[in-house]
Amino acid sequence: MAAWQRKDLLGLEDLSREEIGLILETAESFKEVSTREIKKVPALRGKTVVNLFYEPSTRTRVSFEVAAKRLSADVINIATETSSVKKGETLIDTGRNIQALKADIIVVRHNYSGASAMLARHVDISVVNAGDGWHEHPTQALLDIFTLKERLGRIEGLNVSIVGDIAHSRVARSNIWGLTKLGARVTVCAPRMLIPPAIEQMGVSATDNIDKALKDADAVNVLRMQFERDTGAAFPEQLEYFKNFGITGERLEKAKKDILVMHPGPLNRGIEISSDVADGAHSVILEQVTNGIAVRMAVLFLVAQAQEKGLKDEAVD
Amino acid sequence: MKLLIRNSRVIDPANKLDGIYDILAEDGKVGRVAKEMKAAADKTIDAAGKIVMPGIVDMHTHLREPGREDKETIASATLAALKGGVTSLLAMPNTTPAIDCAESADLLNSLLKKSAHANVFIAGTITKDRQGKELADIAKLRQKGAVAISDDGASVDNEALFFSALKKAKANKILVICHSIDKSLAGDGVVNLGAISTRLGLRGISKESEYKRVQRDIALAKKAGTSIHIAHLSCKESVEAVACAKKKGVKVTAETCPHYFTLSEEALLGFDTNFKINPPLRTQADVEAIKEGLKNGSIDAIASDHAPHTENEKDIEFDRAEFGTVGLETELAVSISELIAGNRLTWSELVEKLAFQPSRILGIDKGALTPGKDADLIIVSPEKEWVVTKESLVSKSKNSSFLGRKLKGVVEYTILAGKIVYEAHPH
Repeated sequence: MAAWQRKDLLGLEDLSREEIGLILETAESFKEVSTREIKKVPALRGKTVVNLFYEPSTRTRVSFEVAAKRLSADVINIATETSSVKKGETLIDTGRNIQALKADIIVVRHNYSGASAMLARHVDISVVNAGDGWHEHPTQALLDIFTLKERLGRIEGLNVSIVGDIAHSRVARSNIWGLTKLGARVTVCAPRMLIPPAIEQMGVSATDNIDKALKDADAVNVLRMQFERDTGAAFPEQLEYFKNFGITGERLEKAKKDILVMHPGPLNRGIEISSDVADGAHSVILEQVTNGIAVRMAVLFLVAQAQEKGLKDEAVD
Repeated sequence: MKLLIRNSRVIDPANKLDGIYDILAEDGKVGRVAKEMKAAADKTIDAAGKIVMPGIVDMHTHLREPGREDKETIASATLAALKGGVTSLLAMPNTTPAIDCAESADLLNSLLKKSAHANVFIAGTITKDRQGKELADIAKLRQKGAVAISDDGASVDNEALFFSALKKAKANKILVICHSIDKSLAGDGVVNLGAISTRLGLRGISKESEYKRVQRDIALAKKAGTSIHIAHLSCKESVEAVACAKKKGVKVTAETCPHYFTLSEEALLGFDTNFKINPPLRTQADVEAIKEGLKNGSIDAIASDHAPHTENEKDIEFDRAEFGTVGLETELAVSISELIAGNRLTWSELVEKLAFQPSRILGIDKGALTPGKDADLIIVSPEKEWVVTKESLVSKSKNSSFLGRKLKGVVEYTILAGKIVYEAHPH
């Protein structure tokens, strides 16, 4: 098994197939911890994980917090409104301060693409990207892939469709990188105005026909439609969107009979997904949440280990 | 004071010279250019194996003074210019205050007199404070020495207002330099719209936002019968628009910058803000089109668009970082590395783009080694290599798109009015 060398996890674009495989295998072994009576292992005892969130987030933040605690790490949550960034401390200064507190890992969520990479360049401690702008959300994609693999036994050769606001979705981008590296065929589906230019160059096909996207799909990943997003006029009406792109029982009848339905949450019932599908037999949405803990435990564990190893190597030099 | 430079390859397209000559500078002027000259001099430089050319005339520089001396000063920019072989430059008027009236032009002229180390020509704004609302006093600016007007950093969106500016410019015999970008189309974009903006999850700036405004500016210039110059062409369609207008006899000239014929949007993949430039780095096909445009004459000049910014303004989140790269110290070497070593231009063609054409377009008496003119010239080692590092830059700001790059071409001497003002290896 290839060794993990990275002190940071910034995106899936940078990772090799083997590195993704290693995270998934590590997650598998951590999944069992959450089923124990005492849901804790001492893997990160004495380590401090800081959740630095510049965007409101409950599920990702809580998932990271639970993951860190099940590894026995201490967790500190910092929630900052982005508006205060401009007048106050820069992200780099904040990162350096967290480092000076002798924390070991920063889990960062930021509304600007590339922010986590910038932070990682300026601190020596580990940085885990919990979503940067429209760019990447690697742990979300990893837990999506983990769930698929657990259910279907493989990723290679699967047809996976991602439906929703592709243009503004970091979940879509990370899933595209991860799935294509592992050999899946990915189709993105959205109204034309929400498919970004030259998306095909990322190795996917694009369509604005939902039935076509569902036809041969082994799984469909339904993105949250953020109608509150301020992107100007070019945004579809909610009802019109549901009519043309909403994942409903009726639509799934025309799809493969065991198609899996995923969603990164939180759900907009009746907008991108109908309640009967969200709660139905195809849905693996709550399994994703459970698997998110294992995947994030794996990521925190691997980056902490790499950081420790890096420090030891430095000492030898 | 007589300065004799012997045995160099002299390249002076204005006088159709390209060969081994001796060149004598006398009392600040070019004296004679001849083969194996018999002359006595106070100082003789043996420049065998080197190239002598007119000093570069950079028609697009942001000095930042007055107003943003933390980014750059007249002194630091002009010293950087001399190191890069730039003996004359055009200062863009988007300072604080903007150069939009007699008083601010007076202020700038007095600052230049005090601290400029190179020849600085000044540009005034087209509209007051570059707001695009009300015309600046163009006649007054001309009187105060402005050789061009530009709202650089902004385009005059209001067509009627821009048309009246063109009319005024014609009456006052002053060049209009267009920052041809339609802000309503470019929006909040930060990189070229396309595969890379998609991959990085960043807002894109379409090519339409540039070439449609180039087309508009050309159409209005044609109607007004005024000469215009289009700044910083970055894409194929803009080059085509200029080429097409030239064919029809419109009095339009255009410049591009070293980054547009060297770097493509791929450079952005690491989110390095030193590649965040406006207009943005485009595709490899655009890079090719820019080179082709230089070769076939659609693009007349190469200018740096030297845009210094502090580390605090660059080393931040990509969306928040300022646009621009410094360029005075790298424009010659990047041009040599990309266009001469890449066999795209001859030396004569390159010197034309860097010195002769900018002078002609601005209507200034520079860019040639004609006897009797100011002896502004540079001696260059064309094959010598160097690596661009922050430490190597004289400019106060270090935001170069070319950091870490190995370039060909070192300026050994910069001579201003017959005087050595910069020496790479002082004795």
